[in-house]
Amino acid sequence: MSAKKPSQHDKTILLSMLRKMYEIRLAEEAVYHAFLSEPMPGTIHQSIGEEAVAVGVCHALRDGDYVTSTHRGHAHAIAKGATLRAFFAEIYAKSTGMSGGMGGSMHLFDKAHGFLGSIGIVGAGLPIACGAALAAQLEGKGRVAVGFFGDGAANQGATHEAMNLAAVWKLPVVFVCENNLYAVSTPVAKSMAVAQVADRAVAYGMPGVTTDGMDVLAVYDEARKAVERARQGDGPSLVECMTYRFKGHSRFEPASYRPEGELEEWMAKDPIPRLRRLLAQQGLASEAEADALEAEVEAAVEDAIAFAKASPEVDPDQVPSYVFA
Amino acid sequence: MRNITMAQAINEAIREEMRRDERVILLGEDVGAHGGPFLVTKGIFEEFGPERVRDAPISEAAIIGCAVGAAVAGWRPIAELQYSDFLATGFDQLVNQAAKIRLMSGGEINVPMVLRAPIGARVRGAQHDQCPEAWCVHTPGLKVAIPSTAYDAKGLLKAAIRDDNPVVFFEHKLLYGNRSASAAGQAILGTPALQQATGPEVPEEEYLVPLGVASLRREGDDVTVVATALMVHKALEAAEQLQEVGISVEVVDPRTLVPLDKETILTSVRKTGRALVVTEETRTASCAAEISAMISEEAFDYLDSPVVRLCTMDVPLPFAPVAQKAVIPDVVAIRQAITKLMGP
Repeated sequence: MSAKKPSQHDKTILLSMLRKMYEIRLAEEAVYHAFLSEPMPGTIHQSIGEEAVAVGVCHALRDGDYVTSTHRGHAHAIAKGATLRAFFAEIYAKSTGMSGGMGGSMHLFDKAHGFLGSIGIVGAGLPIACGAALAAQLEGKGRVAVGFFGDGAANQGATHEAMNLAAVWKLPVVFVCENNLYAVSTPVAKSMAVAQVADRAVAYGMPGVTTDGMDVLAVYDEARKAVERARQGDGPSLVECMTYRFKGHSRFEPASYRPEGELEEWMAKDPIPRLRRLLAQQGLASEAEADALEAEVEAAVEDAIAFAKASPEVDPDQVPSYVFA
Repeated sequence: MRNITMAQAINEAIREEMRRDERVILLGEDVGAHGGPFLVTKGIFEEFGPERVRDAPISEAAIIGCAVGAAVAGWRPIAELQYSDFLATGFDQLVNQAAKIRLMSGGEINVPMVLRAPIGARVRGAQHDQCPEAWCVHTPGLKVAIPSTAYDAKGLLKAAIRDDNPVVFFEHKLLYGNRSASAAGQAILGTPALQQATGPEVPEEEYLVPLGVASLRREGDDVTVVATALMVHKALEAAEQLQEVGISVEVVDPRTLVPLDKETILTSVRKTGRALVVTEETRTASCAAEISAMISEEAFDYLDSPVVRLCTMDVPLPFAPVAQKAVIPDVVAIRQAITKLMGP
């Protein structure tokens, strides 16, 4: 946590962070509930427990900055500005969804907010983030790109190629690793011979740092440094955020491969109560104010679900029109 | 009007589009001062500089992916592969990303990029000689161009750069017309003379060749040959020879495989009643197979005999020149296939 006393400006940011983390948490819980209780289409990969990474990073960005995401992309889409209505409509496969019902949980897109997509192929979003960063570099207006990826993606060829290229071309891109300790069931120690993903940064010739991904301010601080470096034209950075998914890999996958007690240990680090405690301690928001904010978000989630359910189905006859411009 | 090589024509197309639109950029391995493996981009780096002409590390996934990302962000990248065989190392970025982002985003995001990829056998062996057009044609969301002349290459490439979709642009190495690309192949494989391979002269003034419009390369009455790239020239040579024995051959060059100009092909087949499809791809599940199926489905009532494919044998390309020559269709094989199609 940041040691210095936050200013009024900080209060606005901190409350915005709390709101976004609640949007993600409550949306994800509602999605989970829907998959338990309704005949929902497809599958889901949830970010419950990992909210601080998406929110901390996206608070360091501007609207015109670009983000590429992963199969576990709900949090990134919402943190970058997608509305809950558009998000839920996509999960419900409706025409009003953020991808028009054509993408689904693993393929969320929101061009207006620079969200260039959750890319379902592991590691594949990072070369695309480099391309967006190349566009930003050529444009010369200080835009940056962020490529989110997981610890599993760290071992993909595309990841290595993207990081090397970004460093050679000094692209304004920040590679953000959500290290949640498992690639589906495989623990990090069985897929990497180095301790941290950030250890690899030196091999690409860029700064690398590992931070507490359960602390939204720690993430925000590191993201700001990396984003600033990119905006100044000093090239890419690798920011590794240690985090944990409170659910399994997908849908109801029970994550029985995780040792007993590990989940509880990480749940004790839950980023949302942690930020609430900070706000209360610093006298920036009382428990009652935080509760009110949570209730507002809850109502927004309910509204979004109602919107999604009431939205029209996609028109199958329109499918061919999406293939070519 | 000038008689320029296909390599020069492609170079001109890139330069003209880069002058016209500052959002057109070029990236790939050795495309800069070196001018690319076949010197197709020679001089472009000197004219436009290191910002817009990027030498990339040997990282095909990053090169294609970078083109995808830049295109999504509103630029018009031209990415180059040294050999189309290397599509395999960057394939995900082409078939899962470039091809699908428009649909996956509900039509919100276009991917206006061109991926240039040299094809064709010239005795380098199994990993540098392929014609993998079908890999791309099988993927909805990609347009695929395959010029056979300098004129078409220039006009098609300019149209591809202006297109709002990903276009894979296959260039046959033996049609580049420059010494580095063609000499060995011509000596060993007996490909048609350069003059003929170059095709119509290239005008000084600007022109486009639209994607999806076939070219009727030779008119005839007895049989339709649909051929692509180098096979167009082999087919024309075979047609010329058969004229002497009284067989009149029509040659259609689709110029783009996606979109495919079905109407020009079908109009020709309805007239002649016979069709031979000749490509340098290996035969099974090739574009030739797709075109043959299309003709059979849509012109069945007009056919006097089954549609025939003539392609490279279903083998990884062997190195030994005598073996490579044996597995790839040549003028003699095309002539024989047409003669057989005509019946006794």
